[in-house]
Amino acid sequence: MGMTMTQKILAAHAGLEQVTAGQLIEADLDLVLGNDITSPVAIKEMEKFNTQSVFDKDKIALVPDHFVPNKDIKSAEHCKCVRNFARKNEITNYFEVGEMGIEHALLPEKGLTVPGDVIIGADSHTCTYGAVGAFSTGIGSTDMAAGMATGKAWFKVPSAIRFVLTGKPAEWVSGKDIILHIIGMIGVDGALYKSMEFTGDGIASLSMDDRFTIANMAIEAGAKNGIFPVDEKTKAYLEEHTKRSYKVYEADEDAEYDETYTIDLSQLKPTVAFPHLPENTKTIDQVGDIAIDQVVIGSCTNGRIDDMRIAAKVLKGRHVAQGIRCIIIPATQAVYLQAMEEGLLKIFIEAGAIVSTPTCGPCLGGYMGILAEGERCVSTTNRNFVGRMGHVDSEIYLASPAVAAASAVTGRISCPCQLK
Amino acid sequence: MKAQGTVFKYGDNVDTDVIIPARYLNSSDPAELATHCMEDIDTEFVKKVHKGDIIVANKNFGCGSSREHAPIAIKASGISCVIAETFARIFYRNAINIGLPIIECPEAAKEIKAGDEVEIDFDSGVITDKTTGKEYQGQPFPEFMQKIIKAEGLINYINEKG
Repeated sequence: MGMTMTQKILAAHAGLEQVTAGQLIEADLDLVLGNDITSPVAIKEMEKFNTQSVFDKDKIALVPDHFVPNKDIKSAEHCKCVRNFARKNEITNYFEVGEMGIEHALLPEKGLTVPGDVIIGADSHTCTYGAVGAFSTGIGSTDMAAGMATGKAWFKVPSAIRFVLTGKPAEWVSGKDIILHIIGMIGVDGALYKSMEFTGDGIASLSMDDRFTIANMAIEAGAKNGIFPVDEKTKAYLEEHTKRSYKVYEADEDAEYDETYTIDLSQLKPTVAFPHLPENTKTIDQVGDIAIDQVVIGSCTNGRIDDMRIAAKVLKGRHVAQGIRCIIIPATQAVYLQAMEEGLLKIFIEAGAIVSTPTCGPCLGGYMGILAEGERCVSTTNRNFVGRMGHVDSEIYLASPAVAAASAVTGRISCPCQLK
Repeated sequence: MKAQGTVFKYGDNVDTDVIIPARYLNSSDPAELATHCMEDIDTEFVKKVHKGDIIVANKNFGCGSSREHAPIAIKASGISCVIAETFARIFYRNAINIGLPIIECPEAAKEIKAGDEVEIDFDSGVITDKTTGKEYQGQPFPEFMQKIIKAEGLINYINEKG
């Protein structure tokens, strides 16, 4: 019986010819990731271990990104714990403030994630690296500790849902709209425990940044991972970002899928997820008149250069509506620098937006844009759960950078096509 | 191994942000996390919970963020077991890894009500609602999972195993 792309990668890392859905395997890890919230818990767990050394100092990535630059004393203590651990163990890929970025934008940019890898990260959006054809999945701190110590993790081999993407998206429709459409269709547990495998000739029209956004939100459908085939765009991206060699895996022709959905990208419209679940989607023409207080453009979902360019395209020569706060957060130092060189930051500032150093900050209600009672935010982030960005009676509307920027201009949820 | 306690009942898609909001994640101390457990959906929980009590919820319990602080907060608040129709996968792994017993049982999740007195036998997977007298068959815990729970987590279990 044929294997899916995910199953082939897992089989190779478990030293097996063949695996089937449901099988329990132990796989070798190419990378173990943690951030400033999850790593301290993992480090504490590691201290309990009889052996306290790491399996490979080059295959661990530690990225303080959630509450940095430190928002308070407690988070400073957490970061100090991670920093000391990184020094003690000579971790190659520890990224200090000044060179850090939001982990899931940073690691591919640094060339640490390549096709065929098996990657675990103590952050649920670790599934992002499926965009380059890697198997990557979120785990917790204890699994991270065990991974750092042993270089291995156990997995239940997932079955898969196939999404065949055809056609080309219309203007103002991006990866965010595609993944919100899918989550709206299958629900927040629609792919529970499963792989989401994307195929079809429509993928060729999607930029790498679109693919990162789509793979990033696979977890919002409950999936174990989301994965894209490796094509010319992937190879060009890797050529630019990494010196690591890699192996390309493809799904077998006779691979079995639990379900197959075909999606004509040309038929999709800008899509918004209403509070308080990513599955509560409406297309922009169904949204109605919704006044907002704040806009956030950034995060591991939509803080890359494509996202900055789209936001700038909408904001150029326009101004954020009176009384609206528009917070723009380039996801990495490299994105920040490029946005500066391209003149995007000037456009943002002249439009009345603020630009922040890379941080997860507002996405999880950490800092840099917390909402008060009753406030509404259009955000390019990934979760609109109760209280996620602040007060339990605040509301988050998930959207693309294009819709978020247009909404900042009008003060209401809007499509760029509606702007004068 | 058995657990017995009073039920706190919740619905679908209880996410880890409401189990323990990120504004408290500047701490990783279990006792401190427990003081904020569930507060964004149930401000009464921390006031009413007693050691041994049980959470029963519907589908996709623990969805969202991978924060292990969520099962840690639940366990530290005294909860002896979570029963749900289904669990989100990262939460499932995390709960087992830190030694918080969890059981998938759609029928029990649907029928058991808030305030019911419930007993769970981990060896057999039998869930008994003592208030209604009804029994449900959940999946029994394999021996190694019971050992992880007894050892209070995966790392202790690995160390004990040698």
